[in-house]
Amino acid sequence: MASASLSEKGMVESMAPGTPVVEFEHVSIGFDGHEVLRDVSFRVEPGETRILLGPAGGGKSVLMKLTNGLMMPDSGSIRVFGRCLQEMTEKELFEMRAHVGMVFQESALFDSLNVEDNVAYRLHEEHVSEEESHARVVEALRFVELEKAIAKFPSELSGGMRRRVSIARAIITKPDLLLYDSPTGGLDPITSTTIIELVVKQRDVSHATALLITHRLQDAFTLATHRWSPTKSAMEPIPDHGLDPGTKFLVINEGSVVFDGGTLELTGSTDPWLRSYLQ
Amino acid sequence: MPFSTPEDFAKDVASSVQDYSILSGRAVADLFSKPRYVADIFTQMDLIGVGSLPIVVLTGFFTGCVLALQAAVSLKEFGAVNMTGRLVALSMVKELGPVLTGLMVSGRNASGMASELGSMRVSEQIDAMRALGTDPVRKLVAPRLLASVVMMFFLAIIADTCGIAGGAAVAVVLLRLSASEFFHTGYMALQHGDVIGGLVKPIFSGFIIATIGCYYGLTATGGTRGVGRATTQAVVASAVLIIIGDFVVTQLLIGFFGR
Repeated sequence: MASASLSEKGMVESMAPGTPVVEFEHVSIGFDGHEVLRDVSFRVEPGETRILLGPAGGGKSVLMKLTNGLMMPDSGSIRVFGRCLQEMTEKELFEMRAHVGMVFQESALFDSLNVEDNVAYRLHEEHVSEEESHARVVEALRFVELEKAIAKFPSELSGGMRRRVSIARAIITKPDLLLYDSPTGGLDPITSTTIIELVVKQRDVSHATALLITHRLQDAFTLATHRWSPTKSAMEPIPDHGLDPGTKFLVINEGSVVFDGGTLELTGSTDPWLRSYLQ
Repeated sequence: MPFSTPEDFAKDVASSVQDYSILSGRAVADLFSKPRYVADIFTQMDLIGVGSLPIVVLTGFFTGCVLALQAAVSLKEFGAVNMTGRLVALSMVKELGPVLTGLMVSGRNASGMASELGSMRVSEQIDAMRALGTDPVRKLVAPRLLASVVMMFFLAIIADTCGIAGGAAVAVVLLRLSASEFFHTGYMALQHGDVIGGLVKPIFSGFIIATIGCYYGLTATGGTRGVGRATTQAVVASAVLIIIGDFVVTQLLIGFFGR
């Protein structure tokens, strides 16, 4: 991206060493008497990509919204960039969110704005000049290979294109934390691979911390086993069946964490439910 | 659909009133602190004010016409047809201008706000806005509130003017009254309290229209059906509250000005 933005002050750099970017401690939340998340604890270290797996309706999207302070838990504590969300004022939460990029399940693009204005939304809020804003939008759209759609409206785009615009909107200010809520949900396998390739590219180029929800195990393992090749400008398998050390998994079932660890631990797990889920 | 118990119903009502009060309070507070979305305020003024002009002009004009006709029939029995201007001016400025403008604008704009914000809410655009670091109350509610209050004030004046003009047209063309007598009796009938009352009421109506429309929009759930329900509820609630608000303000003004 062209020049400095608010987020480039670097929330991660300003944190004390050893502080996780995201930390859940005994978090529970329920709606209408039904507990959606139960005693969830985990931490995401700087530069880590944490993949959230689990059956639909297990509370993954709620967990994502909790991470961004869009919801507050009934009990437990959530710390993002070392600060407890429940202790922050609404104003502080909005400031914190300026350092977090979020890709929504259904893209959530502003349908009355064109692609350029959608992607530049945060820049406009920060009163970045029109020329700089346009340059950075073009760069972000080039990253997701969609610069030709700059003048189109969301209703004129396909599902995959909307998801890519949503990614461009999330990364334009180089956030320290990226939240992908089912970025491949409802897309065909080819488009899903394109989106996953963008996530890998973003992970290996910016080294930002990320949480990603997916229902497709294939996408999750692609993320763990592939890397971005700048020379080929494409995703490639890590040689010798290698694994990305920064990519870890969190499996949630019926609101509880059933697995928290790396790729090898996940594939080698003997837990009967986990084995049947992975098969 | 299961019936809720009276206790649950009372809790729901209390919770809604609390949420509405918090939303209204935050929207008002946001007007006095930065950042302010000035461009959005002018866009909303155009949509609410200029956009509502045709219905307000037509409603005001024909209400004045009907008022003059009806008044003349009654006043004729007492030989006081020349007092038609007085009756039209008083009725339009004190009650019909502000209230009818409020009802017309609420039908057009409270529904528009509820459906627009409701659609944004069910398609996660409100959450996306919050995730992008923008306060939806500051960005969406505060500009609509200020625009509604300011434009309702001017729309009510326009409605009063058109109503008196409509009454005058009927008085001159159909009732064969003198225009100068019509305006003179109307002017002499109006006192400061009447004019102030007529200008205070639309401010309350504007507040009700914007806050109710935005509240129902921002709390819409259940997809497109939920948006439709929110729109209907916004129009009904704002219309009822405008009438109730009119009663309360009238009572206060009578206590203050004695009429």
